[in-house]
Amino acid sequence: MSTATFPMGGIHPPDEKELDSHCPIETMKAPARVMIPLAQHIGAPCVSMVEVGKRVLIGEQIGNPQGFVSAPVHASVSGKVVSIENCPNAQGKMVPAIVIENDKMEEWAPLEDDPDFMQRPADVLLKRIKAAGLVGMGGATFPTHVKLSPPKEKRIDAVIINGAECEPYLTADHRVMLESPREIVYGLKILIKVLNVGKGHIGIENNKPDAIQKMSEAAKEFPDVEVWTLQTKYPQGAEKMLIKTVLGREVPSGGLPMDVGAVVQNVGTAYAVYEACRYGKPLVERVVSVTGRGITTPKNLRARIGTPVSQLIEECGGMKAGASKVISGGPMMGFSISSLDVPVMKGTSGLVVMLESEVRNGRSGKFGNCIRCGRCVEACPMGLMPLMFSVLSEKGMYADTNDYHLLDCFECGSCTYVCPAKRPIVQQIRLAKMLGKR
Amino acid sequence: MEIAEKKGQKLVVSVSPHVKSEESVDRIMWAVTISLVPAFVMGVYFFGPKAVYVTALCIIGSLLSEAFVEKLSGKEYTLKDGSAFLTGALLGLNMPVTVPFYIPLISSFVAVAITKQLFGGLGYNIFNPALMGRAFALITWPRAMTTWALPTAGFIAIDAKTTATPLGILKEEGVSKLIELFGDKGNLYTQLLVGHRAGSLGETSVIAILIGAAFLFYRRYLSWQIPLAFIATVGVGAWIFGGKAGLFTGDPLIHMLSGGLMLGAFYMATDYVTCPTVKRGQLVFGIGCGFITILIRLKAGYPEGVMFAILIMNCFTPLIDRSFVTKIFGAKKVAP
Ligand code: SF4
Ligand code: SF4
Repeated sequence: MSTATFPMGGIHPPDEKELDSHCPIETMKAPARVMIPLAQHIGAPCVSMVEVGKRVLIGEQIGNPQGFVSAPVHASVSGKVVSIENCPNAQGKMVPAIVIENDKMEEWAPLEDDPDFMQRPADVLLKRIKAAGLVGMGGATFPTHVKLSPPKEKRIDAVIINGAECEPYLTADHRVMLESPREIVYGLKILIKVLNVGKGHIGIENNKPDAIQKMSEAAKEFPDVEVWTLQTKYPQGAEKMLIKTVLGREVPSGGLPMDVGAVVQNVGTAYAVYEACRYGKPLVERVVSVTGRGITTPKNLRARIGTPVSQLIEECGGMKAGASKVISGGPMMGFSISSLDVPVMKGTSGLVVMLESEVRNGRSGKFGNCIRCGRCVEACPMGLMPLMFSVLSEKGMYADTNDYHLLDCFECGSCTYVCPAKRPIVQQIRLAKMLGKR
Repeated sequence: MEIAEKKGQKLVVSVSPHVKSEESVDRIMWAVTISLVPAFVMGVYFFGPKAVYVTALCIIGSLLSEAFVEKLSGKEYTLKDGSAFLTGALLGLNMPVTVPFYIPLISSFVAVAITKQLFGGLGYNIFNPALMGRAFALITWPRAMTTWALPTAGFIAIDAKTTATPLGILKEEGVSKLIELFGDKGNLYTQLLVGHRAGSLGETSVIAILIGAAFLFYRRYLSWQIPLAFIATVGVGAWIFGGKAGLFTGDPLIHMLSGGLMLGAFYMATDYVTCPTVKRGQLVFGIGCGFITILIRLKAGYPEGVMFAILIMNCFTPLIDRSFVTKIFGAKKVAP
C-alpha cells in the first residue's frame, strides 16, 4: 500500500505510542465533583444557565453559547451545583466554571433515541450536533457546527476525518478507531450528509495498521468513504497538511480549509457526532490517553468532562518518583499544566507525564547562537524560515518577522524539535506574534 | 506515590514542544572534526610528523584565541562546543607543512578572535574563519605559504628545488609537463586521488576527504547541493576553458582532483554559518564558488582560487538568502 504525505518539512520524533496503544479504553468512575468550564472552545464563552443550589441531570445543558462561534456545555454528572468559581485551565488561565457535586444517582436528562437517524434531513442532524456542544476534539476545539455551516459562497466538496494522531504518545484516537470503527464511519456519513458532499475521507498514519484495517472494513460497504494510509510524519494531522495530502489542495495563506472546499474533523469528534445524532447524547465525556514514562500504569480513560486531572492520574496508579511535567495534549503542541486541579475539557486528548530526566533539557532555559544550519527550514511544513523568527525575536525586532510570513506559522514545533542550538523558537514566535503586530 | 504529595510539588511549566531531538551543536562540530581524521592521517603519512605539529599549533592557537576573547568580554567559555577546535583543525589542514611556528598561531588568532568573535561569535561571522586565517597568512607571508614540501613515500621526483603543486605546474608549464612528471595520465589521476602530491597538508588526499564527507552525508550533517554544484562547475569550467587547443579541450579531472577543491567544497564552502540556508540558494552559492575558482585558476595570478572563491561568495550569502527564499505553503493564489 502506498502511503501519502505532505510535501515539505516534517519530522520523525520517537512516537512512544507503545506505552499505551494496547490499553483498551476503560470507563472511569464519575468523580465526586466536576468543574465544568464555560469556555471549552474557541469563540465566545458560555453564560451559566444554572444557579448555585440547582440540581442538574447528566446531559442537561448548563451553559448557553454566546454568538455563532460558541458551543453549549452540559452537566456531566447528576447532582447539585455547588458554586460557580474560577478554575485553572490547561493554558494556565483562570476561567469561570460550574462546580457540580455528584449525587451518584447517575440520572440522565431525557435523550432522544433515534435508530433511523440517517433518514433525517441535514438541518435536523446539524441541529443535534450543535445542541450536543461538539467541538474539535483533537485539541483545536473549534465548534463543530460552525465548520459544518460554511457561508454560501464556499462550495465544500470533501470532508476528511483526521485519524492521523501524529502527536507522539497519544493513542486515544487510535483506540476509538479500533473499538468503534462503525460509529466513526456513521459519524462521517452524517457529516457527508450535512455538508452535502460526494466524498468522505479517513486519514490514518501507517504506524496504526490495525486501525487502518478496522476502519477499512467498517467503510467497505460505503463507496463514498475512502480510508487513506498516511506516512507517519509529524505534523501529518495538521489540517493543512492533511488536506494537502488527501486532496492535493493547499489552503491559501491566511485562509481556512473551507477556502479549498474541505472540512476536517477529528476521529473523536466523528464518534461524538454519531452519538449526538443517534442518541441525542451531548458531549459529557471523552477518551483521554494518560501516558508517559512518569505515570505508573498508562491507560486510555473515558472520563467525564470536568474531572480533575489529579483523579485521572490517580486512576493510573499515580505518578512515578521523578515525574516533573504534566502535559495536556501531546508533547509537540500541548500545554504543560501547573496544577493537577485542571479539569478534563472537550479538547483534552491526553495527559503526558514526563520524568525529570526527560525535561531537563528544556529546563535550563539556556540556548546557543543560531548556527544557521538550516535544519529548522528543512523541518518546517509551512516552508517558512524559523531561524529568522528566532533571531529577529531575540533581538527584539518583532515587527520584522512579518516579512518572513510569521502569521503562517501554526506553532507545530517542528523547528524547535530539530534545532541543535536548542533555541526556543516557538516561544520566540509567540512573542513576536504578540509584540510584532503591524 | 501519593497524589497529595504531588500536589505540593511544583510541576515544570514551559512552552511547547516538550520533546526535542538529541542533536546538538557540540555533536555536530565534533562529528565534523572526527570526519577530518582520514585527511589528517594521510597528511601525516605523506608529510611526516611535522603535519601533526602544524595542525596542533593551529588548534591550540584557536582554543587560546577563543578563550582569550571570551575572557576579555566576560562571555561564557564555549570551548566545548567544538567550533574553535574545528576551525583550528581546518586551518591546520590548509597549511603547508613547512611553515614556521608563528604562522599557525597568528593565523588562528585572525581566524577565531577576529573573524569569528569580533563579529559576534559563532553564528554571526560573515566569513569562514579558517579560510580567513589562511588568506591572512597567504597575504602576509606569501613565500612561506607557497613553499611546498615534497611528499615522502616514494614520490616521483618533481624538481627538488622548485617544488610546486600540480596546479602550479599546470599554470606555469602546462598540462603536458604535469603528465610527464607523473609518468602518464592514469598515474597522475591515481596519485591525485591518493594524495601523493605537493599541497596543503590535509587537502591532497581526495579519497580521504571523500571518506570523511561520506560519513557526514550519512549522518545528514552535509547536504549535496554546495559540494556538487561547486565541483561540477569547476569541472565544466575546466573542460570548456582550460584547454590550450581551444574551447572544450580542457582536462576537467585534473582541476577537480587538485588544489584545495575537495577540502574546500566539502568542508569550507558548506560551513553552515557562512553559506546560504535555503537549498536553492546553496546551489547558486556552489556554482558561484566554482565559477570564481576556475576564473582565478585560469586567468588570475594565483594557481589556486578555492579559498578566495569561497570568501568572495561568503559576502554574497546574505543577498542569496534574501533572493532565494523558501516557497511558502499556500502562497500560491487559488482559483476563485
Ligand atoms: S512552529 Fe511554525 S515555523 Fe516552526 S516548523 Fe512549525 S510552522 Fe514552521
Ligand atoms: S535549526 Fe536552530 S541553529 Fe539551525 S538554523 Fe534553525 S534556529 Fe538556527
